[in-house]
Amino acid sequence: MPKDIDPVIVEGSGAETVVRLCGAWNVQALRSRREVKRRNRALAAARSATRWDLTQVSRLDAVGAVLLWRAWGGALPAQVDMSPAVRDTLQMVAEHSGGKLPAAPRESFAALRAVGDGVYNLATQGVDFLRLLGMFTLHLLGFIGRPLRGPWKEISAQLYYTGAQAMGITALVGFLIGVVLSYLSAEQLALFGASVYIVDLLGVSIVRELGPVLAAILVAGRSGSAITAQLGVMSVTQELDAMSVMGISPAQRLVMPRVVALAISLPLVVIWTDFAALLGGALVAAFTLDLSLTWFVLSLREVISITNFWIGIGKGIIFGVLIALIACHYGLRIEPNTESLGRGTTASVVSAITAVILADAICAILLNELGW
Amino acid sequence: MVAAASPAEPAQAVQPQNDDIVIDVRDLRTAFGRHVVHDGLNLQVRRGEILTVVGGSGTGKSVLFRQILGLERPARGTIHVFGQQVNQGNVRQLRELRQRWGVLFQGGALFSALSVFDNVALPLRELRALPEDLITEIVLTRLSLVGLTPEDAVKAPSDLSGGMVKRVALARALALDPELVFLDEPTAGLDPTRSDEFVELIKRIHGQIGFTVVMITHDLDSLYALSDRVAVLAEKRVIICAPVAEVLAFKHPFIETFFLGERGLRALEGVELDKGKNKKG
Repeated sequence: MPKDIDPVIVEGSGAETVVRLCGAWNVQALRSRREVKRRNRALAAARSATRWDLTQVSRLDAVGAVLLWRAWGGALPAQVDMSPAVRDTLQMVAEHSGGKLPAAPRESFAALRAVGDGVYNLATQGVDFLRLLGMFTLHLLGFIGRPLRGPWKEISAQLYYTGAQAMGITALVGFLIGVVLSYLSAEQLALFGASVYIVDLLGVSIVRELGPVLAAILVAGRSGSAITAQLGVMSVTQELDAMSVMGISPAQRLVMPRVVALAISLPLVVIWTDFAALLGGALVAAFTLDLSLTWFVLSLREVISITNFWIGIGKGIIFGVLIALIACHYGLRIEPNTESLGRGTTASVVSAITAVILADAICAILLNELGW
Repeated sequence: MVAAASPAEPAQAVQPQNDDIVIDVRDLRTAFGRHVVHDGLNLQVRRGEILTVVGGSGTGKSVLFRQILGLERPARGTIHVFGQQVNQGNVRQLRELRQRWGVLFQGGALFSALSVFDNVALPLRELRALPEDLITEIVLTRLSLVGLTPEDAVKAPSDLSGGMVKRVALARALALDPELVFLDEPTAGLDPTRSDEFVELIKRIHGQIGFTVVMITHDLDSLYALSDRVAVLAEKRVIICAPVAEVLAFKHPFIETFFLGERGLRALEGVELDKGKNKKG
């Protein structure tokens, strides 16, 4: 807007003051910096005038009208000259202005209530999870009882997605962790002249702890989030409802295959990860400590007791079931909005990983007590 | 899920069947926390009729719909479909009940992982009793009935337009030749031509097969074209369930705005209102 034309012109003085508004009074004109402030100041200065001339206003939209209305204090001045279009706009604003946002409710003891809400939320989630666990158990028993009617195709598909397709990432991560672990331990062991014990260290720690936990974390991130997102979207598009009304139980057709599949695929992925990690460790040992690969492999046989191996597998099964159940639980709770989907998948992965680590700790304590 | 226990009902899951009443909703009460949605709601749906349920936004039409289908539990009251309670009874009874009805959800709710053919074939395959070639024949017949070609059968749901999705969903709902069909906003999101086509389709199939239809809709044109009776949901219950002419004459503020507002009157033009059935002139 050309800076020469003043939007607010005051002419005359005293009782004869006429305030003339010129130019554009729409959002485009008011956009420039401090324009609103400038005009408000000018309008405030001219407030007391009773005669206003709006005939020179080239454009007035709702934004300009609200600005004007506020400057006038919510009422038309005694004498206003304006075109019908301007009058319509001002009338619209006059009719609808004056609303006030409700004050944010001040809740007493907000922090305490938050704690209460959190506990209640946790409790309802716990109940829902228990219900899911119960339904899964019933369907599992039903499946075992009548294996031919089971969802084999779904189980096989899930085995592929969660197991076969995870082999790449788990091999890579496993290998690298094996390498890192081997490097670190090799240094420390060499100080004590105990380099040969690297086999023991790697063997036991990887097969018993690192392999299962690492594989579980990777699979939780991969498959856990995928399951949650998939079930969440199906819930939102009413696909789950469509299944239910056809007499197909979503718990049997969707939840159980995923849990069974992960219970099978995760132990296998654990073995695969163990292998990759041990390979990485062996290679480093060969290069830095000059321990031959053949000797490494042969020593592994003595170092890794069969108990440790089965413990690793057992953990794999437990972790698999946990990840799948948690992922399904969060998936079925997702509501029809993007916020819920994002939060649900995040919560699913974080909870699954936490649960895995917790279960691992419990296993460690229990097995220690049992002397294994 | 709405977690609320239904009170101790006389331990009869199956009522002596009055053949004329297909859906019997008695004294329904629904509440979410302290918000009461239905209170003392009664509704009877007769065999063979097309019943349309209308109500303002938030009056709980979808909730009622879901409760009749057994997806949600009311706080109080009973719902019988074909003489059987939808929330009780053993698994086999409930499965058989579910095979007697077909549901068209608002967005179609097609299974995104399956092709159009597999979607319509799913209810048939679930029976585990029919050979695959027979299923193929039935599915293609159903698709043709709703106006789709065998070429459409191999597409994925994501490749379909809105109108086609609805038609596939209808084919799937009709796959087992149900006695009872539920339609949730069947013409929502369809352009006027498709809406008319859909209405004609329903009319034709209903004329041929004679199943019972329960429809939720805001679309007055399809309401007038199809409904035998209209159930109006307001004040937490069904205030009137009668043929269109009676409903229009009923004095209630919601009916006045919904049916007799500007839009309503326009849709009413050219509609002949008979005592029992109404047709668009």
